Amino acid sequence: MQADRLSGGGLVDRSAPLPFSFDGEVYEGFEGDTLASALLANGVRLMGRSFKYHRPRGPLSAGPEEPNALVTVGGGAKADPNVRATVQELYAGLSAASQNRVGSLRFDLMAVNDLLHRFLGAGFYYKTFMWPAAFWEKLYEPLIRRAAGLGALSGQPDPDEYEVAHAHCDLLVIGSGPAGLMAALTAGRAGKRVILAEEDFVLGGRLNAESFEVGGKPAALWAAEAAAELAALPNVRLMRRTAVFGVYDGAVYGALERNADHLGAPPPGLPRMTMWKVHAPRAILASGAIERPIAFGNNDRPGIMLAGAVRSYVNRYAVLPGRRAVVFTACDDGWRTARDLRAAGAEVTVVDARPGAGRDEGFRTIRGGAVVDTAGRLRVSHVTLRHPGGTEDSASADLVAVSGGWSPALHLTCHLGGKPVWREDIAAFVPGATLPPGMHVAGAARGDYTTLACLRGGAAEAASALGVSPAEAPEAEDGAAGVSPFWRVKGAKRAFLDQQNDVTVKDVELAHREGFRAAEHMKRYTTLGMATDQGKTANIPALGIMAELTGRTIPETGTTTFRPPWTPVPIAAFAGRHKGKHFHATRLTPSHDWAKENGADFVETGLWLRAQWFRRGAEKGWRDSVDREVVETRGGAGFCDVTTLGKIDVKGRDSGAFLDRLYRNTFSTLPVGRCRYGLMLREDGIVFDDGTAARLGEHHFLVTTTTAKAVQVFRHMEFARACLWPEMEVSLVSVTEQWAQYSLAGPKAREVLARIVEPGFDLSNEVFPYMACGAATLRGGVPARLFRLSFSGELAYEIAVPARYGHGLAEALAAAGAVPYGVEALGVMRVEKGHPAGNELDGRTTAADLGLAALGAKKSTGFIGREMERREGLQAADRPALVGLRPVDPSAKLLAGAHLLEPGAAPKTETSLGWVSSVAFSPSLGSSIGLAFLKGGMARTGERLRMWDGLRGADVAVEVVSPVFIDPEGAQLRG
Amino acid sequence: MRIPCPFCGPRMLEEFVYLGDAALMRRPAEGATCDYVFLRDNPAGRHRELWRHEGGCGAWLVVERDVTTHEIFGAALAEARDAG
Ligand SMILES: [Zn+2]
Repeated sequence: MQADRLSGGGLVDRSAPLPFSFDGEVYEGFEGDTLASALLANGVRLMGRSFKYHRPRGPLSAGPEEPNALVTVGGGAKADPNVRATVQELYAGLSAASQNRVGSLRFDLMAVNDLLHRFLGAGFYYKTFMWPAAFWEKLYEPLIRRAAGLGALSGQPDPDEYEVAHAHCDLLVIGSGPAGLMAALTAGRAGKRVILAEEDFVLGGRLNAESFEVGGKPAALWAAEAAAELAALPNVRLMRRTAVFGVYDGAVYGALERNADHLGAPPPGLPRMTMWKVHAPRAILASGAIERPIAFGNNDRPGIMLAGAVRSYVNRYAVLPGRRAVVFTACDDGWRTARDLRAAGAEVTVVDARPGAGRDEGFRTIRGGAVVDTAGRLRVSHVTLRHPGGTEDSASADLVAVSGGWSPALHLTCHLGGKPVWREDIAAFVPGATLPPGMHVAGAARGDYTTLACLRGGAAEAASALGVSPAEAPEAEDGAAGVSPFWRVKGAKRAFLDQQNDVTVKDVELAHREGFRAAEHMKRYTTLGMATDQGKTANIPALGIMAELTGRTIPETGTTTFRPPWTPVPIAAFAGRHKGKHFHATRLTPSHDWAKENGADFVETGLWLRAQWFRRGAEKGWRDSVDREVVETRGGAGFCDVTTLGKIDVKGRDSGAFLDRLYRNTFSTLPVGRCRYGLMLREDGIVFDDGTAARLGEHHFLVTTTTAKAVQVFRHMEFARACLWPEMEVSLVSVTEQWAQYSLAGPKAREVLARIVEPGFDLSNEVFPYMACGAATLRGGVPARLFRLSFSGELAYEIAVPARYGHGLAEALAAAGAVPYGVEALGVMRVEKGHPAGNELDGRTTAADLGLAALGAKKSTGFIGREMERREGLQAADRPALVGLRPVDPSAKLLAGAHLLEPGAAPKTETSLGWVSSVAFSPSLGSSIGLAFLKGGMARTGERLRMWDGLRGADVAVEVVSPVFIDPEGAQLRG
Repeated sequence: MRIPCPFCGPRMLEEFVYLGDAALMRRPAEGATCDYVFLRDNPAGRHRELWRHEGGCGAWLVVERDVTTHEIFGAALAEARDAG
């Protein structure tokens, strides 16, 4: 029973009834309704409870500026909180629930807060919940969160899909009211590519909410015909339900399209929302204006609405929001509401704050009067009216329509730093001279309030933006928009300014008394203008009141500025498809599946997944597997996938000279068929990365990088080639993914390899010694590269094959008798051998710190980092340098990150001698071992120190030893 | 925000990585490296800077940009020396 639905008119389809529910109650609305209009049609005024005081609230507006009527739509994982009922399109089966209540909406148990309002004013949180600090987390915050809040998230993963997409056009038109439609027609008829974005689900803007005519026909009909013409133009794209929420550099506009929120059962594959990045060299902002409320006593009861919203409900939705209406206005526009309400059958009293305003139109009229107060528990029932002489009387009223004038919706003009300017004649901020590049503003958004001015302005701005001729504007009303600034009724009790944050006039007065006079301070102290509506209806009146209180003009008091987004945008929409496992790409080595079948656990290293260890049989913990892999490798042969190391192919006549300039050591002297370890510095002298270079030909090197720095090293080398020395004849190609590469290590590595290479390939030390490299053919005719490199200290080879043979090579190595080992065992063996890795190359260490000063020490040519490496500070004798550590008690555990102290020294920053960088349990030595940076370095070999870790409560006696724990002479790797 | 890559045309910012002042291309002889590494002009306005089209062709570019408005005036290939 839609008791408050008008029998005719409006843009609702009475032949399409839609059942829906609110707080469990089932109602019926029509196609074309919003949730708010459908509830109003059913006589429901109460739609929520306020944020702080839990006061009963109904809709204030009929659009996206709504502060009050926030509901949760849907249930379970799909529950969507803080949905504006004034925007939510009705569909069959829509299920909505009110928020921020304890108990039922009609009897909210937290409404007791309203009686405590004296104590809950501005700055309440700052003053009350101050001490002790420990109470915050446990007591205050949960209390505040429970008592004051908006809707709750489901707590479950969002089941919906979101899309991110790009769109391109010559002209983006933002808003489809009279200005936007004329702009789109002007550009569309001229053949330009146009995108018309409209937040609403119907094009036309205010034209759908007014009773006047445009071009000799009802305004909504003119709008529908204009929309139909645009829809027929192939160069025009109409995007309804699309809110342009932000302006970004380079003429990119962020727009959120709601694809499925109006559908009860969206078709499969349709995203819920699309985040559009619209590339528009020119844009027309035709976003209209937002009506301002007037602050008077108890002005927040359900049934008190903005006057323009009342016209929307009457004219667009065919809903009569009240039968005994009081229109309280400070501008001529309010009188339109009075006329439309009377035409719809309501009894209307007009209270105009301006003495002598308006003609006698047969309403009961109080000029120079005010609504002072209201009564009514869950809906307004009475108002107290003040007459010009000061006398007051009470009148019954079930609807109060309020208009304090209109403020241009100029938010998007501020997103790139534009500052609005105050226009005294319309008592409003309008866009300033600095607009986002390419943006023009038309219609009410720039302060042109008459319909004819909007129509003409839209056409003219589009014409000037594109250099085409303007579409001819139809006839329309062109009356002057009389308005006086009128923010509040003096002497009123509990007059709300920001209904979403429950900020009253008194709160602003209190902020003023307490010294928060700058507009920005006042907003933060009172919380005015925060939360989902961002003070769309509250900011200007609050500024007006602050100006009154400080005796300044509004421009002197402050300005308003706006940052993106114009309207709430779910984070999920920004993420689009980049969530879960699609958050970033995953790189798999060619042996990934083989490793998985063979018991590997994987670890993320950058984007790569690498085998961490291989679980065998009854191994219970990771240490069992890692220890076994180390023992089996050092006792026989093991292999590890090292495909993830960066591989850079360097070719050209100047390759050797080029590498000489990039590395601390020399490569131009390296014979063909040999490899060399290399250390790369940053220009500031700090070690950047290490790796090897293999000379495959006179003008051909293959350089490897660490896994972690592969991208940065290639970028750096390309920078050197293109930006520093473009005259050198050298070219670089990353071949990381083209080659699968394995390290084969252990005393039996040669035997294993002999089973894999084609028979006859000479692996003897004489022909293929330590640091040799060259091409080989594997059994089955697979082309390969062999490098005799060792990271583990064992006799070792690296074997590279084209990536497609990677899986097969892993199988072949295992079949030939090598055990697979993962990156943990790799790490253990490199610590045992004292090889620096990421923990040592931490962006603070020099070659000397790492004990690598001898590398390239005799080099005569320049290289990147050479001069800065010689800085005094980097040469200081007391710089911590690399050492090895062993616990005095072999069962004690070393910890990476721990500090080193003299025995007995108090643990303080000043007494720290250095830090532990890497630790491992060495199965070979049967104890924990570590690499550390220690002041004095290797000169302290044999000293006993204290390893102290306050964070983890460790205090262990350690001995300084050589960082090379295994085979210090290198006999094994040369064997 | 888009950068007009000489090879790929106008492409979105997220495909590029930023390095810094294009003055980095003028690596000095030894003796002046400290200034080269640590000192930069900080103009409020037009700035020539190095970007790499890493998510595209991989070229290092000299991009001229107004650092106060982020307006991009053009991009040239760094290794074409006239860009330096
Ligand atoms: Zn490119």
